[in-house]
Amino acid sequence: MAVKHPYAITLDVGTSRVNHTGSWRTLRPEYVDRLPPCNAACPAGEDIQGWLSHAEAGDYEQAFRALTRNNPLPAIMGRVCYHPCEGACNRAQIDEAVGINAVERFLGDLAIAKGWGFAAPEAETGKKVLVVGAGPAGLSAAYHLRRLGHAVVIREAGPLAGGMMRFGIPKYRLPRHIIDAEVKRITAMGVTLSLNDKVDDIEKAVTEGGFDAAFLAVGAHIAKRAYIPAAGAAKVLDAVSLLRSMEGEEPPLLGRRVVVYGGGNTALDVARTAKRLGAEEAIIVYRRTREKMPAHDFELEEALDEGISMKWLSTIKNVDGGTMQIEKMALDDKGFPQPTGEFETLEADSLVLALGQDVDLSLLDKCPGIEIENGVVKVSPNMMTGRRGVFAGGDMAPSERTVTVAVGHGKKAARHIDAFLRGADSQATDKHGLASFDRLNTWYYEDAPATVRPMITAARRVNTFEEVVGGLDETNALYEARRCLSCGNCFECDNCYGVCPDNAVIKLGPGQRFRIDYDYCKGCGLCAAECPCGAIDMVPEQL
Amino acid sequence: MNEAPKTMDAVQKLKFYQKGTHTVGNRLVSEAERNVQASIERSNSLTCGHRACQGCGEALGARYAIDAAMRAANNQLIAVNATGCLEVFTTPYPETSWQMPWLHSLFGNAAAVATGVAAAMRVTGKRTVRTVAQGGDGGTTDIGFGCLSGMFERNDDVLYICYDNEGYMNTGVQRSSATPPAARTATTPNLGPEPGNVFGTGKFVPKIAVAHDIPYVATASVADLHDLEAKVTKAMGFHGARYIHINVPCPLGWGAHSGDTIKLARLAIETGLFPVFEAEHGRITTVRKIRRRVPVTDYLKLQKRYAHLFKGAEPDPRVARIQAMADRNIADYGLMEG
Amino acid sequence: MLEQLEGSKAMARTIALCRPQVICAYPITPQTHIVEGVGELVRDGTLENCEFINVESEFAALSVAIGASAAGARAYTATASQGLLFMAEAVYNAAGLGLPIVMTLGNRAIGAPINIWNDHSDAMALRESGWIQLFAETNQEAADLHIIAFRLAEELSVPTMVCVDGFILTHAMERIDIPDQKIVDAYLPPYEPVQVLDVEHPMSIGAMVGPDAFTEVRYLQYYKQQTSFRLIETLSQQFAKLFGRVAGGLLRSYHTEDAEFVVVAMGSINGTIKDVIDEMRAEDIAIGLVSLVTFRPFPVRALQEALAHARDVLVIDKALDPGMGGPLASNVAIAFRNMDDAPNLHSAICGLGGRPVTKASLSRLFRQAMVQPWEGPHFLDLNDRVIAREIHRRGKARRAGPAAENILKILEREKAEKARAREAAEGAS
Repeated sequence: MAVKHPYAITLDVGTSRVNHTGSWRTLRPEYVDRLPPCNAACPAGEDIQGWLSHAEAGDYEQAFRALTRNNPLPAIMGRVCYHPCEGACNRAQIDEAVGINAVERFLGDLAIAKGWGFAAPEAETGKKVLVVGAGPAGLSAAYHLRRLGHAVVIREAGPLAGGMMRFGIPKYRLPRHIIDAEVKRITAMGVTLSLNDKVDDIEKAVTEGGFDAAFLAVGAHIAKRAYIPAAGAAKVLDAVSLLRSMEGEEPPLLGRRVVVYGGGNTALDVARTAKRLGAEEAIIVYRRTREKMPAHDFELEEALDEGISMKWLSTIKNVDGGTMQIEKMALDDKGFPQPTGEFETLEADSLVLALGQDVDLSLLDKCPGIEIENGVVKVSPNMMTGRRGVFAGGDMAPSERTVTVAVGHGKKAARHIDAFLRGADSQATDKHGLASFDRLNTWYYEDAPATVRPMITAARRVNTFEEVVGGLDETNALYEARRCLSCGNCFECDNCYGVCPDNAVIKLGPGQRFRIDYDYCKGCGLCAAECPCGAIDMVPEQL
Repeated sequence: MNEAPKTMDAVQKLKFYQKGTHTVGNRLVSEAERNVQASIERSNSLTCGHRACQGCGEALGARYAIDAAMRAANNQLIAVNATGCLEVFTTPYPETSWQMPWLHSLFGNAAAVATGVAAAMRVTGKRTVRTVAQGGDGGTTDIGFGCLSGMFERNDDVLYICYDNEGYMNTGVQRSSATPPAARTATTPNLGPEPGNVFGTGKFVPKIAVAHDIPYVATASVADLHDLEAKVTKAMGFHGARYIHINVPCPLGWGAHSGDTIKLARLAIETGLFPVFEAEHGRITTVRKIRRRVPVTDYLKLQKRYAHLFKGAEPDPRVARIQAMADRNIADYGLMEG
Repeated sequence: MLEQLEGSKAMARTIALCRPQVICAYPITPQTHIVEGVGELVRDGTLENCEFINVESEFAALSVAIGASAAGARAYTATASQGLLFMAEAVYNAAGLGLPIVMTLGNRAIGAPINIWNDHSDAMALRESGWIQLFAETNQEAADLHIIAFRLAEELSVPTMVCVDGFILTHAMERIDIPDQKIVDAYLPPYEPVQVLDVEHPMSIGAMVGPDAFTEVRYLQYYKQQTSFRLIETLSQQFAKLFGRVAGGLLRSYHTEDAEFVVVAMGSINGTIKDVIDEMRAEDIAIGLVSLVTFRPFPVRALQEALAHARDVLVIDKALDPGMGGPLASNVAIAFRNMDDAPNLHSAICGLGGRPVTKASLSRLFRQAMVQPWEGPHFLDLNDRVIAREIHRRGKARRAGPAAENILKILEREKAEKARAREAAEGAS
């Protein structure tokens, strides 16, 4: 080589690249993907972080598409989901949880406004699946099955699709045009919806209809009754029929003073509905304490706001005309309520029992092999009943009875039905380890408290069935989406690329993330330490 | 005046980026608004294969600063380097890690050599070519201080960048005038009744630089890249003498984990021990506020050079003295909000 | 055109003709008038396109020059004595980096005791730094050598020091010819560096070199100097042709053809020596002189040739290595190392700290060397009585105090005693 410049003292630029400092390394950084707690907590199996990342970039349609890969009902879920995702959200430990539910609703509403639909499947499989019930589980299963190319028929006993979403959730929480729009989007994919079409005998329906499989999701519509001795002209109703009758022409008459018995969300819904129907007073009687109440706290807060009163640690012993005898309870060591022998009376025009619902299992009577346990259908881990090819989910299967769980059931069942139809086992993919809070470097996130969704004032809302909780507009939806920490998954913040003192991180370009250049990486650990979302592990080198 | 912003959120949209605000990059903002270090096209003036220790703050600080200066100067930049770690780990024959014209002369003369380079650019008609000088704290606050002060007072067109790792690390961790009190070094050993460096000694050169009334002086940190790049860019917008003093933790010299380099730099700011500010023409113009204030123990405990402070069962009273230094900085520079 | 000028002024004007682009100025006697002079020429616009930088120390002065030179500018500075030592680190560095800086050294003694007058201690102190060192005999040559120095430095890419005797040359008014700019331009082309800091062709200059290559780097420095003798001669010849007078070269011989006794010396003292030689030649004494212009690289071969016929060589040093003697003598001795029938070498130290060297003293010295040579260095005009008393005094007390002050006291006392004796004698008469 010709010496171009003074020997040894002067050097050609960048020549140190021949010196592979990677040999110093004892620990190597490796990129990982961890399961974000929101996704882990979502009963519907949504990739929340995934769709939020599109929303963050302002690409709402892409966000909607990503969201609806798992859940076809974002506008509904954005209203009625109890959002366990937000309860699990790591951001809650910094300031407040990301308003995932609000963004979901924003996307759902935007999709309706923009008329975004679902594409029909590219190819038909030739298989035919019967879905019994057009509630959230049935609609979700139908949607997923249709996406997979199967022909789907939904048979619904009621006059309208929606199941409990329509007949159990008050309008002020879920306006009916939202249900209509999201159902229509599913039927538009080529799903057949047959209304007022009750299935009495599932075995017959499958066989005669020539179905390759069936998914049962008839819900739980039969109100549980408690034995309360009643005398005189006592007006005692159950919550299911009350809420159902709200969909009819004539609003039910409840009187000026209404007592609701129960502690679930339905009890709250009934009490709030009663207020809107003109009751001056709505009192919830519950046998345990606020802490033990199964209803969600935010719904209780809204109810209290609206002037609902609560009678804790109380049971109704009997009803005599407009008078109820109430026994005071006390919690024992195990937290169970025990009678105290202390009584008081309560005046009321009507009593609504909100004590839970049972499943109408009559359609299974003639189907051999299906087992019933605790009033619900027993299913295997792949959601199949004892009858081969018949799957079940939603409220009629053992689970927490929420719209979200039902939607998750629908999706899960669809996946297993698809596998069944293809003659394969559906293998659950290995889940990544949890992206726990301690893996985050929260320094890198700007302080940004959650956006509070607008609410109409309590005074105004108790007189109408207007939707109580408002939605986000584009500005604050974007703001809210950007509060996501992207726990456990690289969001291309460039930190690793920037903080490496050895230029040993290669940036691969938008959407491509990064690669470690092990020729030069000395294993200092700075990239892992400064990764905001905990997407880099330091792994010992093997000799 | 136009109508007021419709909602608070409209304002927040401009103000906040809930993710990426403090990170190196931010995929949500335009390429032009992003940091130099986020760019695939960054110059990597200091490229790989250099022999700095694992987690070297100086190697990082140098690339941060010089890449930013390169962008600001449209790659028309020459660097002069004082003797020290940065020089030794980047240019041992037969390899150099620099990808720009670079000159090393001596330990104590970087500022003067840079003056010469800048003068040469003027007389040879290359006025667009800019000059930076760089060195560690030893080469800047001690042996190179005369040349530095001379360059300042003549207002030579040089940006001098000091990478302050608080000691003579290249020679094996000896005390410099930038070594903080109580810190153990090879020449302030962990021996005797008051182990470590002596209280009431040392100097903070940024303040002295400000006293020269030069166009621009700033302190910066590898823990705040946005601030650092903005300052280098701003500095490059001035002609005349400019000084940027960058806090660069040294895992070896401080006895810290190599992955804690940026964390330590961050804690130095958040405790108040390292005030981050900028000054123009002799006056402090902006101060970077502390974001999440922490006690100095959070910072000290991560470093073996302070281990002697935490040996006994009783809290060492010198920790309170260090806290008092931080408190004084917070008061003097106004490092807290409001 | 001939003008009556102070040496410094003449040098300043000549340096300006060399079109330096960056000049670093820091005052130190006796060099100060030179940089002042160039500074004026920059200010009044005579020297265009030049950055005149007032630095804060000699260390900075040479450092600025290093930066400027590495970045492609012709750089110049000047210093003396303590200043040279203060920049010593940069002196070595400029040489190691091969930067063709030209620096005037107004030769001056080095303290302590502090002394602002002339000798060659400063140049000798850094004779191993890797610079070319040229010694001027006259003010004309002091000026001319700068033109040669720039050309030489830039052709070799080696820094060059023009050594001019402080006060004797720097402050003396003489008739000097300041050459025409056109001729200087013809002799000295614009600076074309062999390496330069260039954004178009970036490189790293000043790498750390370990045991694997350091010897080779040093050898290349040595090789460059050892192969530069012919160039130094050629540049001198070209200078003579263009400018019509002699300057530079390795050495100049004066009446050595038939001389058995040859004096070797550097700098302005050669003028006095020539006068003495002229006088001794009038007495038919076969004495000659070799006036050494180029001290570094040390022209061993040329010196051997010039002294081939001499039986005795007397080396005049204007510097002292207290542990060895005269540095020039030591160097000349090395030149004799492989000579057949090498001459006898005699060493004399003179003119330290500005002590005048008179013709009479030199004449006495030469004659003594011829008839009664001595061992080791001879200190010209040494006050033996003072030395004897000081040595005696020191022998008596460990804490005898500083020698310089004591010597001055002794001298004062002697002077007073003499004066009293004179008064007494006058009073008696």
